[in-house]
Amino acid sequence: MARSVDWLRTNLFSSWGNTILTLICLVILWNVVVGFLDWALFSAIFTGSDGSACNKPDAGACWPFITHKLGLFMYGRYPDAERWRVNLTYGLALAGLVPLMIPRVPGKLWLSTYLLAAFPIIGFILVTGGVFWLPHVPTELWGGLFLTLVVASVGIAASFPIGILLALGRRSELPIVRWVCVGFIEFVRGVPLVTVLFMASVMLPLFLPPDVTFDKLLRALIGVALFSAAYLAEVIRGGLQAIPRGQYEAADALGLSYAQKMGLIVLPQALKLVIPGIVNSFIALFKDTSLVLIIGLFDLLGIVQQSISSDAKWFSPQTAATGYFFAGVIFWIFCFGMSRYSAFLERRLASGERR
Amino acid sequence: MVSSSNESVQQTQRLAWLYDPRTRGIILQIALLVGVVAFFIEIARNTAANLKAQNIATGFGFLEHTSGFDISQTLIPYASTSTYAQVFWVGLTNTLLVAVIGIVLATIVGFIIGLARLSSNWLVARLATVYVEVVRNVPLLLQLLAWYFTLLIALPLPDAVLELPLGMGVTNRGLYLPAPVWQPGLGAVLIALIAGIAGAIAIAMWAKRKRLATGEQVPAFWYGLAAVVLPPLLVFLAFGAPISFDYPKLGRFNLEGGIVLLPELIALLLGLTLYTAAFIAEIVRSGIEAVPRGQKEAAAALGLRPWQVQRFVVIPQAMRVIIPPLTNQYLNLTKNSSLAVAIGYPDLVSVFAGTVLNQTNQAVEVILITMGVYLAISLLTALLMNWFNARMALVER
Repeated sequence: MARSVDWLRTNLFSSWGNTILTLICLVILWNVVVGFLDWALFSAIFTGSDGSACNKPDAGACWPFITHKLGLFMYGRYPDAERWRVNLTYGLALAGLVPLMIPRVPGKLWLSTYLLAAFPIIGFILVTGGVFWLPHVPTELWGGLFLTLVVASVGIAASFPIGILLALGRRSELPIVRWVCVGFIEFVRGVPLVTVLFMASVMLPLFLPPDVTFDKLLRALIGVALFSAAYLAEVIRGGLQAIPRGQYEAADALGLSYAQKMGLIVLPQALKLVIPGIVNSFIALFKDTSLVLIIGLFDLLGIVQQSISSDAKWFSPQTAATGYFFAGVIFWIFCFGMSRYSAFLERRLASGERR
Repeated sequence: MVSSSNESVQQTQRLAWLYDPRTRGIILQIALLVGVVAFFIEIARNTAANLKAQNIATGFGFLEHTSGFDISQTLIPYASTSTYAQVFWVGLTNTLLVAVIGIVLATIVGFIIGLARLSSNWLVARLATVYVEVVRNVPLLLQLLAWYFTLLIALPLPDAVLELPLGMGVTNRGLYLPAPVWQPGLGAVLIALIAGIAGAIAIAMWAKRKRLATGEQVPAFWYGLAAVVLPPLLVFLAFGAPISFDYPKLGRFNLEGGIVLLPELIALLLGLTLYTAAFIAEIVRSGIEAVPRGQKEAAAALGLRPWQVQRFVVIPQAMRVIIPPLTNQYLNLTKNSSLAVAIGYPDLVSVFAGTVLNQTNQAVEVILITMGVYLAISLLTALLMNWFNARMALVER
């Protein structure tokens, strides 16, 4: 008791100014919490089959909007009967990803090989179909959280090797290689992703021979991957610069080739150093996937937005707020989860330096 | 036997140049150069062929054509009879308006929240942490859309004005502010203000020189404040308050007159400010935490007061850590302002890379101009900040 009073006195009421601040914060907190609980629970509508149920004065969140459209928000217009294929792909990804993320589990090399080589092929065949007995599902039908995860994971997988190459190129002693890499990195980092996506969607078809046509999703993926690669390259460059000169020289003295020097000596150390930065880039990439709605793809945010703005059946004053809240919570869970994992890795990797 | 081994040595020597890193480097670079050039030539050829096949004009002549559409917010004279070039300038000024206001607001909010995270008050620090963790883990685009659509729903209809103090009014068409009207004599006030600012800078420089020379503290901040505020105020009163306001009045359907801040602009500013502020707060926090404890203790041991410790020891050192990432956030905010296209604020991407591109179909020219503008802004800011950074950098002896 005395200790908690003591704690309150030092942490909340140490001076007049602090007491006032504490009281202001308590008022804000009270209003926000009560307001939120009222909106999300007490005044919220939980049942109904269209927007008219939510069309009451002072009604809170319109939850039936979410429950009725959950399938759409998760899978887009992916056919109902085929959604097990998406779920199976999630399962296959988790089977590789979860053990990989737990440091104690052995066999990291096998898991990485599975995730980088086997899984993409299996996953692609599963979700696209058109072979064996699986019916073809065109990418125009993909959407919702599924599309968000596709864009994010393909973006991450594709931007990582490109980012490493760009970072190595920027640090290269060969002037032309360096200029090309610096030019690309600085160009991409200087323009907004929206313009890169516009370029990918309207200019890429012009760049290609007339008979070659590109899937809209693929165009967006190229834009996202190249954009992310430039940012990743700068993060990795930071790691390369932090490796002491002696490491490079020792590798040279051993007679290792450039590929051996980088692949066996420098990169393993550099990448380990910048893992937090890499994860931050991935979080940024994950959030940026929402921009594909601007070029007409329906990712999670895009499909929520479309349901809010053009589905007259569900029109009500709180539909928009409910939809955005739902999408926001899902994005938040993914991004916050990644940032926590990055913090965990950072602590764990620092243990080598802590003696 | 001997001759064959000689032969192989000769052969090795003949091929030795292949294993010379310098030669390999040159070959690699030539290959890369040829590849890049070939890539661009191929793109240019395909593009030219495609444009011809689709009957799309090329070149920048379209900039002289009449646009034929209206823009909801124009900072420079513009009408639907104006040219596409003027559309470009309208879009650019709208982008810069959002960027400048957003940077100022985000800096203020970000510094407050960053300091709040370091507060000794447990509740304040916790609330600031929650704010940062919530805001920066949700996509900006989602936040913008949420602000925009909740604002549109929450604000009253145009004929049911919500009146605010000082003659302001708000409807879902925007926030209406009284517009100041220039009266004779206001020019003198402006001159007094400029003179006051110059005086304040002079006072600051004099105070610094005196402090460095003698160690004497001058309350330069208060002197400077007086120099900035008093002369314009006196001139203003001397001319008999030479300003009047054009108040927004309820017209037939809508408020008329005054200055209008579009709901799109307000939503965009809210979203950009609150999102970027979360990142700035983290930068400020880590910058201040980067100042070693010994610095503060040494300053306190020298007998500096707590505010002097902050002002002369902590902040100057923290700023060195803060400025480079802060620059990045400013650039991010400017680039993120292009998300305006999603909520219909007439920024550069929205009116130029959106409407003009759709009307003229000249994707290559329009996208290149748009990207060029952002590149120029980025490079210019980077240059400015590098200069500032060099001034702030540690002077090593």
